[in-house]
Amino acid sequence: MSMSHRSRPEEQAPPDVFYNQAEAEKYLHNSRMIEVQAQMAERALEMLCLPEDESALLLDVGCGTGLSGEALEEYGHTWVGVDISRDMLGVAQRREVEGDLVHQDMGLGMPFRQGVFDGAISISAVQWLCYSDRNEHVPRLRLHRFFQSLYKCLRRGARAVLQFYPQDAEQLQLITASAMRAGFGGGLVVDFPHSSKAKKYFLVLLAGLPDEGFSMPQALGEEIAATQVQQTAAVNMERKQHAKRQIDRRPGKRSSKGVTKDREWIMKKKHSQRRQGKEVCNDSKYSGRKRSKVRF
Amino acid sequence: MKLITHNMLMSPGTRNGFPLAIEVESLEEVEADFNPEFIARMVEKLDYPALLQTVASLSVVEGTLPPQVPEKYAEDEEFLKALHHVLLEVEIVEGSLVCPETARKFPIKEGIPSML
Repeated sequence: MSMSHRSRPEEQAPPDVFYNQAEAEKYLHNSRMIEVQAQMAERALEMLCLPEDESALLLDVGCGTGLSGEALEEYGHTWVGVDISRDMLGVAQRREVEGDLVHQDMGLGMPFRQGVFDGAISISAVQWLCYSDRNEHVPRLRLHRFFQSLYKCLRRGARAVLQFYPQDAEQLQLITASAMRAGFGGGLVVDFPHSSKAKKYFLVLLAGLPDEGFSMPQALGEEIAATQVQQTAAVNMERKQHAKRQIDRRPGKRSSKGVTKDREWIMKKKHSQRRQGKEVCNDSKYSGRKRSKVRF
Repeated sequence: MKLITHNMLMSPGTRNGFPLAIEVESLEEVEADFNPEFIARMVEKLDYPALLQTVASLSVVEGTLPPQVPEKYAEDEEFLKALHHVLLEVEIVEGSLVCPETARKFPIKEGIPSML
């Protein structure tokens, strides 16, 4: 299971399959998950810069079990949540969240009328659009449809703050460019840019012309970085050495060169490559078979 | 699903997929806190004729809404209360939504409409 632990959930299964009952339950009991989600939702709400003491109608894209929605409730806002996982929505319903829930795939577009929301947030959801789980899924088109429909259902001058986990620079570029093409203004805010763990990407988007005095939010954790970098570098070094020692000490470990690439090994490798969406040859009775000694 | 959400919902990928017709199997009346400022702000966003049409189609809900939005609606507490009740205190639990353009049906289960 160590394999599945390390890889990203996006590579394991489509979101409606990955966020099943068991996964949804985690968001009910795992206090760390709850805390991280709530923190990010609060940060997103802060960056929405809504007028104070006014309750707004907000959209939560990828609302899951409603953890982020609860943060919105605390500040007196009314929200509507959209998610693709029926199991997650079921848990949200059981927790009796105040927001209304809608079951929809964000890649198919937000199913709302023009200009109805005063703002939108999304916590750890948008990166899912970059993966194609079915043949008809084209990430670029799905992203475009999402951003276009999001732009449409926001009132002019409203903001959308989307926190997401890009896998690499390419995904970051794909998502940002798609938002800009849909007509959004704004850009990226990276909180704690020097920490690999606390680093968070927020896409702060603006639908229509900016209100007077618009400014991009300041990223968190930029100034304390200088002193921390040295510390974390030292800690990382120590960790690496520790890990190396552990590996060296492991008894009877075969070196990676000595692995016999038998049929079982090949099948395992092909399976994992397939899961990553790579092109893999079909399996047959010839897979992993030795070449004939007879030469023609 | 509350009627406020229904008034925002539109059949995805259509031009005129609004308002979705509601076929109710079960409906609940719940209680919600009355926030007059919020309701007054919602008036601008609402498609009021569509809301009236929806309320008329749900025979269970009392129709105390006037045929037109009053001019000074922000001060009209009676109107805001009636609107609050219709928007936030009527919950469709089971049933389906029907797209007016394509006649496609979207099921509502346990209060959650599925637009997939």
